[in-house]
Amino acid sequence: MSDISTTETVGWRAWLMTDAPGSRTQARLASLYNGWLSFRSNPMAMAGLVILLGLLFTAAFAPLLAPHDPFYQTLANRLQPPLSDGHLLGTDSLGRDILSRIIYGSRITLQIVFLVAVIAPVAGLLVGTIAGYTGGWLDVILMRITDIFLAFPRLVLALAFVAALGAGIGNAILAISLTAWPPYARIARAETLTIRNSDYISAIRLQGAGPLRIITKHIWPLCISSLIVRVTLDMAGVILAAAGLGFLGLGAQPPSPEWGAMISEGRKFILDHWWVATMPGLAIFTVSLAFNLLGDGLRDVLDPKSGEGS
Amino acid sequence: MALAENSGGGRRGSPFLRHWVIPAGKTAVSIAVTMLGLLFVTFVIGRVMPIDPVLSIVGESASPATVQAAREQLGLDQPLVVQFWYYLRDVLHGDFGTSLLTAHPVSEDIKRVFPATLELATLGTIIGVVVGVPLGVVAAVRQGSWIDQIARVVALVGYSMPIFWLGLMGLLIFYGILGWVGGPGRLDIFYEDIVPQRTGMILIDSAWAGDWSVFRNAFSHIILPASLLGYYSLAYISRMTRSFMLEQLSAEYITTARVKGLPERTVIWRHALGNIRVQLITVIALSYAQLLEGSVLTEIIFSWPGIGQYITNALLSADMNAVLGGTVVVGLIFILLNIFSDLLYKFFDPRAK
Repeated sequence: MSDISTTETVGWRAWLMTDAPGSRTQARLASLYNGWLSFRSNPMAMAGLVILLGLLFTAAFAPLLAPHDPFYQTLANRLQPPLSDGHLLGTDSLGRDILSRIIYGSRITLQIVFLVAVIAPVAGLLVGTIAGYTGGWLDVILMRITDIFLAFPRLVLALAFVAALGAGIGNAILAISLTAWPPYARIARAETLTIRNSDYISAIRLQGAGPLRIITKHIWPLCISSLIVRVTLDMAGVILAAAGLGFLGLGAQPPSPEWGAMISEGRKFILDHWWVATMPGLAIFTVSLAFNLLGDGLRDVLDPKSGEGS
Repeated sequence: MALAENSGGGRRGSPFLRHWVIPAGKTAVSIAVTMLGLLFVTFVIGRVMPIDPVLSIVGESASPATVQAAREQLGLDQPLVVQFWYYLRDVLHGDFGTSLLTAHPVSEDIKRVFPATLELATLGTIIGVVVGVPLGVVAAVRQGSWIDQIARVVALVGYSMPIFWLGLMGLLIFYGILGWVGGPGRLDIFYEDIVPQRTGMILIDSAWAGDWSVFRNAFSHIILPASLLGYYSLAYISRMTRSFMLEQLSAEYITTARVKGLPERTVIWRHALGNIRVQLITVIALSYAQLLEGSVLTEIIFSWPGIGQYITNALLSADMNAVLGGTVVVGLIFILLNIFSDLLYKFFDPRAK
């Protein structure tokens, strides 16, 4: 969030709150600051943001925060309950510290979220803006392909992809991205269609700008805010899909401390040793809840016209 | 459905043609194209897999002549377009090949396992609708009240919870600790194969046979997974109901109805809810499609012998025919339900014209 730094000093605030911005940068920062103010007044969204910042912090400093080595096995210490000696959340069937594994697992979750959040919207943005701007048969073909992908059951398709490509975290990310891009293409196309015929685009075209320049410099920036909202709201689903693939043994492979795979491992002892499956599930729930809260808050700030449920 | 519209109406003059036949024809074409796309994607997935189907049949020590013969027999020496044509032809005949795992034709396997999924998803959707719609209506009528807040939290938690984890927790609490429900599977072993199979859905079969002890046992097994699926669909349905209702409640005809002195109950449950029924059915159809898919992970947790478990087991033993067959069937149902909800919207909501 680039806008956090702008709240530091009072002098800046007056500069940001001015009614007559002196430069383009000032106007831009001022609108970001206003967005931040309205975002900050939403406690739920702030809670989401704080949790996600906490996740970033955990992932970054995992070696310092984790009390034990996440891969270190001591069979003598297996299946210790929570709060037992030195193991806050207990140990798993190989005697590994669950808390340490969850802390290291946050890195995998972040990796998945980050890569999907880069691949899918960019692919969708490309397809959507090209389809929307050029129109004609290219539009028909691209949107038909988008509709086909949109009509697929996502999890089952991701399963089939991973089955064909082979299990592993890279293929899981690819499969999730492949099933996640179509909504972005739809949004980007809809935005492009409304922008395409506006006067300022005609003005730029008269100045001699080519389609490439118009799309990249004048259409993309205007699609960004609705895409960001959608990405944030989608990330909860991405986390759940990745955990589901991991749970089925198709995502990150053992001994990697991926949360979904950890649940799958704990499933065998669920009735006698409940904590092995419960703890990583709580982690998944917390993070995906945080993304939902943040997404709701961002939608209110960036895209107030689309009410909830759309 | 769309095809029936198409053949029925050509003779009745041009407004009918314009409003019904042409859109229906367009829908039919789009269904066909979407399904072709689905089959093409599954075909491509089947081709890129790292397992060589020829080698898995003839073995690694086969002579080049045997390999070549097997390749020709499978049609793999043909150009890809021709291979796709063969694939299409087979699928249209309901032939998905033979499963390596069960040694039965995949289509037969799917026929056997599908009723279990259908039963689970249907009960889940019923729970979702019965709880979700009233919750959404009340949340909209008392906007900002505690019940609205609860509805919001319920939905938010539903969107954020991994379904397989919730299933495990449910099993732990209601089966392991409290012992209120039956465990994994569709029936206790003692009750298996008592009632004759008519529909493959045990609740219906046992009620049909009048065997209520089997019905009770089956119900104790299905209620937990169905409630979990129902929870997910109610999260979605209640949010959508709420936002549809809010839109209606601010309309002028509601004010008119109130000014007229109609009881509030009639205004809300008959007038406002009546006006959102098409939108609601659309949402319910979509959530039903989602449940059919969402049941994959739930079936694993509850050892439910449905299509989700079938696909997953096939996947883990690299049984590609079964995986692709299952994907095509789930995909087709998903697409059909999507299109069904689209059509409903187009044909029954005058504002969408």
